[in-house]
Amino acid sequence: MLLAQMLGFSVFRGTNLLRARGLLSAVGVRAIHGHEVAKGEDLSVPMYCDRKDSPLPDIPYVQKLNTEQEALKEKEKGSWKNLTNEEKIALYRIAFHQSYADMCKSNSEWKTVMGGTFIFIGFTGLIVWWQTAHVYPPKPHTFNEEWKEKQAKRMLDMQMNPIEGFASKWDYEKNEWKK
Amino acid sequence: MSSVIAKPAMRGLLAKRLRFHLAVAFTLSIACAGAFKVAVGDSRKKAYADFYKKYDAMKSFEAMRDAGIFESVKPRK
Repeated sequence: MLLAQMLGFSVFRGTNLLRARGLLSAVGVRAIHGHEVAKGEDLSVPMYCDRKDSPLPDIPYVQKLNTEQEALKEKEKGSWKNLTNEEKIALYRIAFHQSYADMCKSNSEWKTVMGGTFIFIGFTGLIVWWQTAHVYPPKPHTFNEEWKEKQAKRMLDMQMNPIEGFASKWDYEKNEWKK
Repeated sequence: MSSVIAKPAMRGLLAKRLRFHLAVAFTLSIACAGAFKVAVGDSRKKAYADFYKKYDAMKSFEAMRDAGIFESVKPRK
């Protein structure tokens, strides 16, 4: 998923979704199973993909069958009642890479994502602190306590927002903040 | 062969989901709007009404004048 995000920008600019999906699944498939190791993906022919929303991929997962898989395929042409459960599972695994159970399995990726996010946020916090200490100019004189007190007094004298705002919190009879 | 399970629903899945979720959505939206109207709208209207019941504009003006914030009129001493 992180890989998909990383590829997202370069992949989606100026390409259609089919090509993007090809690139995404290409790297994914190569990473997981090492199918097409040497040559790149040929995006002009149907490709295999595990998707929760589209259950039947265009091609079977295993393209090059070894001898016992060939034999199994021959047996599949006969009555399926003759197939043992292991053979049925083997046929399934020839056709599909991940079952729905595999696809939907929860993993710990969220921990990596959250951890990485927090690390970067924390690092940003360090940068921000360093900036306040070494980069920012001195604060304007209007931020002094004395100035702010005089400013608040003036705001109350003007009765700023006397209904629901600032001056509404001041008790003018007792000359203090309302409790 | 294991025991036969019931045939799953093949049609009307979206309609069923929509029937439920539309009802929930409308109810929640109306509830939110109602809550906002009461908590924010009505209470604000009441605050304004109460304020202006007891409001004396001239008294308020004289108070501001004596505080010295105006430039056109000076405090009364």
